[in-house]
Amino acid sequence: MKILINAFTALALMTGANAATADDRLVLYHWFEYIPQELLDKFTAETGVSVTMDTYDSNEAMLASLKAGGIGTYDLSVPGDYMVAIMANEGLLDTIADGELKNKGNIAPEWANPNYDPGRRHSIPYQWGSTSFAVNRDVYGGDINTTDILFDPPAELQGRINMLDSQGEIMAMASLHLGIPQCTSDREQLKALDAMLQDAKQHWASFNSDTAKEVLVSGDAAAGQIYDGFAAKAREEGANIEYAYATQGYVAWMDNIALLRDAPNRENALKFMDFMLVPENVATLTNWAQYNPGVSGVSALLDPALATQPEKNPHADAGPGVFIEVCSEDVQAVYDQIWTNLKK
Amino acid sequence: MRAQFDIKTYTGFRAIALVCLFILYAPLIVVAVYSFNASQSLTNWEGVSLRWYADVFTGPESGKFKQAARNSFIIATVAATVATAIATLAATGMVRGGRFKLRSLSFGLISLPIMVPEIVLAVATLIFFSSIGFDRGIMTILLAHIAFCIPFAYLPIAARMQGIEHSYEQAAQDLYATKRQAFTKILLPLMMPGIISGFLLAFIVSLDDFIITNFVKGAGVETLPTAIFGSVKQGIKPNIMAISTMLLGVSIVMVTISFFVSKADAIR
Amino acid sequence: MATGAAGGGSASMDTYREARNWLLMPAWVTLAILVLVPVAMMLIYSFLTKEFRGGVIWEFSLAAYDQFFLDRGLFGDEPARIEWTYITIFWRSIWQAATATVLSLAIGFPTAYFIATRPARMRPIWVFLVTIPYWVNLLIRTVSMKFLLRDQGTLNDFLIAMGLIDTPLVIVNTNIGVQIGLFYSYLPFMVLPIYAAVERYNFTLSEAAADLYASRTTTLTRVILPAVKPGVLAGCILVFVPSLGSFLAPDLLGGARNFMIGSLIEEQFKGNAGNWPFGAAASMILLTLVLMLLLLFARQQVKAGKTAG
Repeated sequence: MKILINAFTALALMTGANAATADDRLVLYHWFEYIPQELLDKFTAETGVSVTMDTYDSNEAMLASLKAGGIGTYDLSVPGDYMVAIMANEGLLDTIADGELKNKGNIAPEWANPNYDPGRRHSIPYQWGSTSFAVNRDVYGGDINTTDILFDPPAELQGRINMLDSQGEIMAMASLHLGIPQCTSDREQLKALDAMLQDAKQHWASFNSDTAKEVLVSGDAAAGQIYDGFAAKAREEGANIEYAYATQGYVAWMDNIALLRDAPNRENALKFMDFMLVPENVATLTNWAQYNPGVSGVSALLDPALATQPEKNPHADAGPGVFIEVCSEDVQAVYDQIWTNLKK
Repeated sequence: MRAQFDIKTYTGFRAIALVCLFILYAPLIVVAVYSFNASQSLTNWEGVSLRWYADVFTGPESGKFKQAARNSFIIATVAATVATAIATLAATGMVRGGRFKLRSLSFGLISLPIMVPEIVLAVATLIFFSSIGFDRGIMTILLAHIAFCIPFAYLPIAARMQGIEHSYEQAAQDLYATKRQAFTKILLPLMMPGIISGFLLAFIVSLDDFIITNFVKGAGVETLPTAIFGSVKQGIKPNIMAISTMLLGVSIVMVTISFFVSKADAIR
Repeated sequence: MATGAAGGGSASMDTYREARNWLLMPAWVTLAILVLVPVAMMLIYSFLTKEFRGGVIWEFSLAAYDQFFLDRGLFGDEPARIEWTYITIFWRSIWQAATATVLSLAIGFPTAYFIATRPARMRPIWVFLVTIPYWVNLLIRTVSMKFLLRDQGTLNDFLIAMGLIDTPLVIVNTNIGVQIGLFYSYLPFMVLPIYAAVERYNFTLSEAAADLYASRTTTLTRVILPAVKPGVLAGCILVFVPSLGSFLAPDLLGGARNFMIGSLIEEQFKGNAGNWPFGAAASMILLTLVLMLLLLFARQQVKAGKTAG
């Protein structure tokens, strides 16, 4: 018995010690596969702060986890545009006081005062890009610049489509497909949205965000909803895919590093934000993730091949890029119902 | 053997048993074999190599996996130790406590974590910690693991104890040993094989747990299953196969130990 | 498994009668705090009002159960009808779990019987072989299965190379994929209790049946099966219950395309929905179903015990 107690005490001390080294830590709650390890290593080398990272696969999952007790344990997360507004409303974000970020001036002017975070009081730009879909050209050779590919697919693609497991992205794309406004409160339009998705679902093989690239590379899916940089990587990994810009439009987004309320390592969080505003570091990130920077002075440092990527250059007939909107509670309740109907 | 005429034998059962073993092992063997594949690709075989094992220890994800492995082993060791201690005492009370009113209720309580679907226990634990404002972290995982490890430790210990004649303790007491001495000097050593099996079972169950851990884990605290799940979600990579094969090795070593402990005991 | 450890306490085994409560106290306290109280909290939460985007408001509400059982249309203002959505999800899970159980039984029973009729020194080795996979991480086993069954996986490669099929069998992301995954996850749970029961079976009964000119099949179904029924039932419970609330097999092998009970509940806390009371209510309903099943099982066991004694 004594041996057991001794062993337990020793181990309890070990776990305690594990938690006690928290001084020079930064806890980042980040998207999967969205930051190169070398950048984290560089940050640690420069500041002595070690980075612990958890990952999520949708804005909604991140929000849910923070509300289920995660807040107060993470320092930073990387919400998309509309999610910054939601989190600010929910009181989940801390305010960055004037002068706390010495590199704040590096933010590109067009991203310095976005409507979801006026004056950049809670967040700084991370990357921006688009969400659309990619099609395997070995499987289907026809016109892909239409949202029919996802919602009313040709025979070759039926049953071989992967959708992102993200309510926001699917609802926005579906609204574009039907030509109705996002977050519409019109009952007929909502009914049509529900019916259309029900009908489209029979052609979908899976809902997966984190394997969105993998299934296209491996050929497990012949078409899939995907982010532009991810599609470019899939193409580089050997998939014969083409990223589509539908005439109906596509989803545009801006991800942001946001300072969380009750951040346990607030000082280190600010250091990291400053670090991610240095053009050189943003260039490392952008060259790796293959999206677009929101900081000035980066373009000269970028891989020239990025600029000519087909994923980054919508063709002349491409529809508008729209940001995901925040729905009212009533409409959100209907959206949730449609989402459940979709996955039942 | 006169198998053909044996009243016990049913034709085809041997074949099904062999198929059963084949089904149980085929996926594990395939993964173990492919973990030695030199190729980056999953399906093309390009010769034998240890590069993915090296990748586990030195590759870009090595830091994450090392930390996760440490967490997993600390949690499993502490949770299994505490659960085994609690279960040993409880088994003594249940098996050597005579008849009492709360007996079946106590047994129900002890086996509850096995009976309740894991997802339900996960939700209940999450709600509990969240409602009392307990910060999620390694401690929440540990507490949850202790709870569901108790029945797994209890069952082999109690089973073992039922097989021990109570005349042993009585003889000790006849020789003026106190009850405490009879417990520590006689009963406990006799129960040791059961306690070891109980500990190992609890240890593996803790090491194995994904659902509950995933619900109650806190910021940046990963265990091996949650870390592997995170990687696997982005596609099966060769380094995951290497980790899996190593964990397979750990499991086989532990189950072998438990096998020989019980075997040595049977001989005695 | 449950009865084996619970029963058998004879009145004379009372060396530690006085210390009993102290010995049991740590288990009572730990499990009360870490299991009973949380389940009670979950019950309370299922009757609270949901907070928009996750969390609860401390006001009594039946909304969670209303949402589960009653359909008030897309906009919540139509006359209430029975809501089939969640019943369908539960039914799908039950059906998947049942299929996996039947599959496990079909393979597990003959295997267990075969092992139990081996010479005594061979049995532990067979049991050892069957148990090893159970000791391997469930996640790893599920991932291995996925690797094997993928469209471009080993199984399809093999079948195509053998010339048995031309195009790969699509198994991953289908219901069959989930069923195979569940079957594979819990197969050892089926074999072990049946093995224990068959090992205790008195084979002179089979001989007696043969002497009375019963065919082999009749002996199996009319004599052996009734005798080992408790073991079979225990095996079925041990496969069915964990399958019912499983999360990994549907997620990895089913493509998360259809909700199962596990993923439906997970979604309420970690995913898009963020409806805690509803997640708690769904968990309570699942728990009630399982406890009812276990109660039925316990009564069966008691009945079986009575007829045997």
